[in-house]
Amino acid sequence: MSPDSPDKPAYISLPDQAATQDLGRRLARAVRVGDVITLRGDLGAGKTTLARALVQAVLAVHGIEEDVPSPTFTLVQTYETPDLALWHVDLYRIDEPDEVRELGLDDALDDGVILVEWPEQGGGAIEALSPDRLDISLSLMGEGGRAARLTAHGGWVERLPEIVKAYGNG
Amino acid sequence: MTSARAHLVLGIETSCDETAAAVVRRTVAPDGAVRGEILSNVVLSQVEEHAPYGGVVPEIAARAHVEHLDRLTAQALAEAGVGLGDLDGIAATSGPGLIGGVIVGLMTAKGLAFASGKPLIAVNHLEGHALTVRMTHGIPFPYLLLLVSGGHSQLLFVSGVGRFELLGSTVDDAVGEAFDKVAKLMNLGFPGGPALERTAERGDPKRFSLPRPMFGRAGCDFSFSGLKTAVRLTVEREKEKSGGLTEEDKADIAASFQATVAEVVADRVRHAMAMVKPEMGAGPCRLVVAGGVAANRALRARLDGEARTAGFELVVPPFGLCTDNGAMIAWAGAERLALGLVDGLDTAPRARWPLSSLQSPLSN
Repeated sequence: MSPDSPDKPAYISLPDQAATQDLGRRLARAVRVGDVITLRGDLGAGKTTLARALVQAVLAVHGIEEDVPSPTFTLVQTYETPDLALWHVDLYRIDEPDEVRELGLDDALDDGVILVEWPEQGGGAIEALSPDRLDISLSLMGEGGRAARLTAHGGWVERLPEIVKAYGNG
Repeated sequence: MTSARAHLVLGIETSCDETAAAVVRRTVAPDGAVRGEILSNVVLSQVEEHAPYGGVVPEIAARAHVEHLDRLTAQALAEAGVGLGDLDGIAATSGPGLIGGVIVGLMTAKGLAFASGKPLIAVNHLEGHALTVRMTHGIPFPYLLLLVSGGHSQLLFVSGVGRFELLGSTVDDAVGEAFDKVAKLMNLGFPGGPALERTAERGDPKRFSLPRPMFGRAGCDFSFSGLKTAVRLTVEREKEKSGGLTEEDKADIAASFQATVAEVVADRVRHAMAMVKPEMGAGPCRLVVAGGVAANRALRARLDGEARTAGFELVVPPFGLCTDNGAMIAWAGAERLALGLVDGLDTAPRARWPLSSLQSPLSN
């Protein structure tokens, strides 16, 4: 199988915010330098909540406690640990894919992991960053619940089943 | 006035969507009261350039800052009728903000400081907002500060230059961001805050009942993400019912959202006023509101009532100084300079720089 060929998508149900945060912590244990994780979903679908849980879990390994604000305003928030740098990116306010190429995301992958909200605003620039990519789509399901659709690419193909297993058949 | 008690400072602000430069003089009266005088204040808003994008695009911002900053700096000096040699210091925002823009402003200031031999003062953008009322109203420390903008929602106890105690902040979205996103949900235009406020004027704030995140909870933290989601669901429900949003629907949703925000913020501020009241000392208790969202009239009216009830006086800088500007950076620079706080030319720009991490080595 070529590293680019995606695995079948997996579906997970996230009945409440605690479940979304738990998924963030599981993903945090699996991330490696050079990874890109994309987060799709409408306003309020839970993208920042999931990203925040992931970032905080990665930082917690090193005893670092930090606020993880929404990056909508600054576009990029970076977090450093001795192992890797985390780039939390939000392309919500970008409509012009050319602008994405100027953010320096290429260099970030040398020693870091990139989480991108609203990757579709990048017009393919995000997908071109790394073969090791996990695409996550979040959608609202009734009263406060969410559904997550996870599609693994490259190195994530063998890492994802371990994460999904914890959720049974979702 | 003696030279030791007056400081003339050029300030440069480029941390978001405004390119701005200003010259401000800070004087201290014999009784110790501070006084600010804005000799010039030039702001080139990039809003027009950003309008097609429905938001602030940082790389566009960095390029526009580069294009305009030299001219704006020269204009600020000319309008103030001073030359570089007359200044006591050169201040620039060195964070937090969009890093490309911050680099442009800080590098420009370093160049001017190096060329003129004047000290550089690296100013925290948030401290600029926080100290503006001392320039406009001459109020003494301490005071309670509500800082509300596109990127920040914080309650701070301000006891001196560089001395901020964080009482509460947003656990997710900033209040200005919530205004922008709700405005975009209904295609109200950019910038979203003023557009939403205009739309809300015609609306019924009671038509839609929205959740009030954090309301009544202990402490002073904010949360606006859930409110944003609730507005989105309301918009979708109304669209489904009638195939689209009428102008009346939009006005009612905007008014309901704005009233809910005001109610939640008032609740958080009420807690903060109770927390800091014992620390306020003998003078009058003051609640200061700063940042772009301070321009929202509904919020101001609500906070004015809350403040009176708690025995506080509400102080809000004039509208033009609530949004980003160079005068606030020049003023914060002058305040720091007066305490001998200057920075080296190796000072690095910082994308993140929480106010509570600032330290002032001197009491003031």
